[in-house]
Parts: sequence; structure tokens; C-alpha cells
Amino acid sequence: MSGNKRIMKEFADVQSNPPPGCKITLENEGDMNLWNVVMDAPSDSIYAGGHFKIAIKLPKEYPFKPPVLNFKTKLYHPNVTNDENGSMCLGMLRPDEWKPPNKIADVLKLVRTVLASPQPDDAVEQGIAEQYKNDRKAFEKTAKDWVGKYAK
Amino acid sequence: MPPTRKRKLDQTASTIHATSPPKRHQAEEFKEVEAALPATPQTLTSDKGMDSDDDFNSVASSMDLGEEMSSSVDFGAGDSDGDVEEYEDDNTGFEATAKDLANKRKAFETDFKVYSPQDIQNQQDGQVAEVANLLEQPPEATAILLRYGRWNKERLIEQYMDNQEELLEKAGLGQDIRRNPPRIETVIGFACDICCEDGQDLESFAMTCGHRFCTDCYRQYLTQKIKDEGEAARIKCPGDRCNKVIDAKSLDLLVPSDLTDRYHVLLMRTYVDDRESLKWCPAPNCVYAVECGVKKRDLLKVVPTVHCECKHAFCFGCTLADHQPCPCALVKKWLKKCADDSETANWISANTKECPKCHSTIEKNGGCNHMTCRKCKNEFCWMCMGLWSEHGTSWYNCSRFEEKSGHDARDAQAKSRQSLERYLHYYNRYANHEQSAKLDKDIFHKTEKKMTLLQSTSGMSWIEVQFLEGASQALQQCRETLKWTYAFAYYLARNNQTEIFEDNQRDLEMAVENLSEMFEKPTDQLAGLKVEMLDKTAYCQKRKVVVLDDTARKLKEGEWDLLLLTPC
Repeated sequence: MSGNKRIMKEFADVQSNPPPGCKITLENEGDMNLWNVVMDAPSDSIYAGGHFKIAIKLPKEYPFKPPVLNFKTKLYHPNVTNDENGSMCLGMLRPDEWKPPNKIADVLKLVRTVLASPQPDDAVEQGIAEQYKNDRKAFEKTAKDWVGKYAK
Repeated sequence: MPPTRKRKLDQTASTIHATSPPKRHQAEEFKEVEAALPATPQTLTSDKGMDSDDDFNSVASSMDLGEEMSSSVDFGAGDSDGDVEEYEDDNTGFEATAKDLANKRKAFETDFKVYSPQDIQNQQDGQVAEVANLLEQPPEATAILLRYGRWNKERLIEQYMDNQEELLEKAGLGQDIRRNPPRIETVIGFACDICCEDGQDLESFAMTCGHRFCTDCYRQYLTQKIKDEGEAARIKCPGDRCNKVIDAKSLDLLVPSDLTDRYHVLLMRTYVDDRESLKWCPAPNCVYAVECGVKKRDLLKVVPTVHCECKHAFCFGCTLADHQPCPCALVKKWLKKCADDSETANWISANTKECPKCHSTIEKNGGCNHMTCRKCKNEFCWMCMGLWSEHGTSWYNCSRFEEKSGHDARDAQAKSRQSLERYLHYYNRYANHEQSAKLDKDIFHKTEKKMTLLQSTSGMSWIEVQFLEGASQALQQCRETLKWTYAFAYYLARNNQTEIFEDNQRDLEMAVENLSEMFEKPTDQLAGLKVEMLDKTAYCQKRKVVVLDDTARKLKEGEWDLLLLTPC
């Protein structure tokens, strides 16, 4: 199986035509399975100005199994766990919804969409989701503070 | 209570104790003998299809039971009782026979049928063929449709007639596969979107949805779904966002035979899992499935013990080992209560919840509160366990959950102090029988030695010493029954019936202890005790039947006041 060829091609594609706001590099030279992404938050979102590091791990069964995404930059968002993992709950990355033709670039586009518009009904951080729904001002303040603190 | 009243109760008790009801005829006598032994399962031989007459009767009579138990049984609204309905339609003259059968049966016996894997396959094939004929669809497509409709034929056919296109689309069938039989091709200019390979002789495959991938990738995708994820009935096309379900014919074309075998095993598993009237025998390595007409909603009124071909007796309702006379809900509560100290139970209660629809135990190990049950696909909220669809944007309601549960927990704790003593009374007796049953098992192994010894010392033949084994087995079974009578009694509120129940329980207990005692006699005396032992064995069985019959009948008629709300 030439998962390798696929990964090479995907990597080449994102270099020549990167998804909006993303810079993608390899964690280690020669290891195609660990990608580092720096994502600039959409300028019209409350995270504007923030640069978020995301680590992407491609399992050895990739693309038959979905990639694993972790935010390395702390981020105040209802859909990203507020711990050292920084996991994001994305439907597309669930094993039963992932389809092999799906590309990392598509995943990153989706991540950026969720960044711009949080989905409190599918939250992993309930406290943040509640605040997002009921006290948008306070939510935005903390989110912006965190951007200043961690994501510059 | 006035003394006369009590005497009357005692009389009633002794009437029930009496072994032979006055209007007994021969058929009943036969049944009685059978009841003493575990009920004999009827196995379908493979040449006898689902549609034989015997089958009608058996299913019909178990339905009959259902009707008596709850008059509001509505098969039409049915979840998956599709084919039961059909038996009714097809067979108009059988009702009297079915009633007769039901009358002859003891109240604690349930009709059931054991199927071998081959029978299940035949049954499945038969249904596919029948519906395929009706819908004029090829068998592969029909199989997918039936799986999509969870084998509810009537509803499926209705939906198909209503809106054929929509149903086909929803089931992932899109187009007619008859016009385009699946085949592997080489297509000029093709590049696989998964592995990015291209090349002139790259073999590729696509279903009618047109999502074409190279055969290697297709194969790997299917292998992973079948082997790693145990998926079979609902494997979708690998194409992005495509919901088309792969059919058996395409699969056979793509994957090696060991995998297709596994695929068919998984399909069969979902067939049985999808149907309310079928269950796998839970015994390790047992391949049989059991069909029984008892429905989930009947389980407070009946304890459907079934006996598999492999000799394992289990409850069709909850698939635990036979727990007559105690109904499933009580067994569940009881076991949970008894296991409360154990670390495992603590862990399960701390880390898992049950799917509110199918009661599968679920551990949440990550992700958000939006849960989708892997087994029944029910979508619910982890916090409040309510339907996700009803949630919409009012997710906030869940925060109130904490408050209420805290309140409940405090309440439960206060109550449990008072009831602790009562609980221990029943628990000690329950545990004692459980322990004794284990000890009896040890005795059984010693018995085997005794049997050999007996053969050599007394000159008795192998067949003549079998009474020891019979006695030992009877002992085990009766202790099992006794054990559950104590769990049952724990949830039983006092009323006119409880005294009779306790009398019956005591009689069985005495019979069991008497028989148990005989096993302690020295081996050289055993030969001389054969007749007495046979008598005591028969008496034990008889007492057991009395207890089970009495409890089952009153359960069915709703004469017990069950304390279902006892905090556990």
C-alpha cells in the first residue's frame, strides 16, 4: 500500500497551495507522519491576530484511519479541550465518519471554520460553552486575553 | 389478622402444594414429567425452513402468552415484530390449538426455539428471497434494504410502495444495481484518490455511485472496516460523504475469502441483534441462537427461561443465567446492589452510563456530550441522557441535572440505613445458597468418585449409580431457584400471597437440605439409600415446580406487590 505516496502528494499540495492561513512543516525531517501547522486565526474572528500551533499525527494506517489533531497553543474555545492535549471534537475525524479520500487540507479548513464560529452544542468544554451562550462579552474577553497571552 | 383468615390462607397454600390438580389428564401428566427435567429445546433441522407448520404453532403460542399478559399488545405499532404478524395472517385456523398448548404449559415455562447458524442463514435467505420477489429487486439490494429496515418486512414494503426512490436513497442503494453488475475495471486516465497511484493497468472498482478507487485501496478499506471495526451491514462507499452501502456481491469480488467469511458471520450477528425475537446463546463458544416471543415490555410479568442446545439455561429477557422466579428488573437491581462494594461495580457506575434506548453500557473516554450509541445509533446527551434531537439549542438545561441528583443521592443514603438490616436478611440467605451450590458442585465431583467406587463395591452397573448424578444436578438447580427466591422476596411487599410464597420457599429449602444431607453418608451406605435418594430428588424437583409455578402465575396476574422503588 502506498500510503506514503499519498502523504507525499498531500504534503506537496499543501506546500504549493496551502489552506487559507496555514503554514505547514514537518516536525522531523524525513518523518512524513508528524506535521506541524501554524494557523492564523481568521481576521474576522475573536481570535484574530492569534497564531495557533497544531500538531497533526498521521497514523500508520493513514488514510484509512483519520489523522489526530492537537492544539499546541492554549485556546479558549468550547470545542477544544482546555488541557495539555488541546483536542478538538470534529465529526469528520471520528473513525466511523472519516473517509479515506478526505484530505488534511479539508480538515484544516474545517478547523478554521470552527475556530471562527464555535459550536456550543457540540462542546467538549461545557463551562466555556455555557459562557459562550449566556455571557458572550465575558467569553470574548477571556478568549482575547488568551490570544494575547499564548498565541502571539 | 384474625385466626380464621390465616387458616384459610394455609389451606390455600396446601391446595397449591398438592401436586395433582383435579382435572388432570394424560397430556398434563406428560408435561409434569417434562417439567421436572429442564424443558427440552426443539431444534429445527436444517431442511425444515421457517415456514413449516410447527413453527407457526410455536410462535403463535408464545404470542398467546403475550396476549394474556398484556391486553394492549399491539403488534402493528411493532418495532420489529414484522414476521410474527405474518404468521397470524397466514394461519387462521390454528388459534384453538395454540390455546390448548398454552393451557397445558406450566406458568413458568416459555415457548422458544433453538436455531443453528445454518438455520439462521436459511431464515435470512428465505426472507431476502421472499421480499426480493415482492419488490422485484435483486437479492443483494433486498438484503441491504432489509438490514436498513432492521428486518421489519411489513414496514419496509410499505415504505417501498410509498416512496421507492426515497427508500432506496436512504438505504444507500441509489440506483438499480441489476443494470450494472459490479466488476473490476481498468479505466484510462484514472488516478486513485486514496493512494494517488495512477497507471494504465491500475485495476479499479466503483459501485453505481461512481466513486472509483483502486482495488488495493478498496480492499484495504473493507478489510479495516470488517476486521478492525467489526462493521458489516452498514459499510459505506469510501467516497467522501457517500452513503451508499456496499453489497455482498461487490464485497465478494474485492476481498479474499477468509474476510468474506468473517463478513457473513458479522452479517448474521447483526441479523440476530436486529431482531427482538432472536438472541444469541450467551454461553462461551456457543453458536446457537434462540427465538422467543416474549417482548421487553412483558418482562415484569414473565421470566422467560430458555434452554439452549448446548444445555445452558438462560433468561431470554436479559441473557443472564436462569434466574426464575425473579423478574429481570429485580435481578438487575439486586445484582447491582450486591455488587456495590466491588471495585468493578464502582468503576462502572462512575465511568459508564447506559444507552437510554438499548441499555448497552457505554464508557465515555473523550469527545463532547453528543453521544451516538454504536449499537442502536441512538443519539443522546451524556449529561441528561435525553434525546439529542430534542435538545437543539437548549443544551443549558443539563446544568440542572447536578442539583437534582445531589438531592436524590442524599435521600437514597438516608433510606438505605433503615433498609440495611432487611437487606442483609435476604442477602445472607441468597449468598448462602450461592455458596452451597458451589459446595454442592464439589460434592458432585466427589460423587463421581463415589459412583465408581460404588460400582466396584456393590456390583452395581454404571446405569444403576446414575441416581447420584441426577440427585446432584437436582440439588444444584434447586439451590439456584432458592437463591433467586430470596432476591425476589427482598423486593416483595407483604400481602396475602407472600405467606404462601414463604411456605413454598421453606418447603423447597427443607427438601433441598434433606437431599443435601444424604450426600454426606458414607459410600458403603449409598447403595442401600438409592430408593430414598430417588424419592428425595423427585420431591425436590416437585417443590421447585410448585414454587416456580406459583410465582410465575401470580407474576403474570399481577398479584405480587413489588417494591420496585426500593433504593439500591
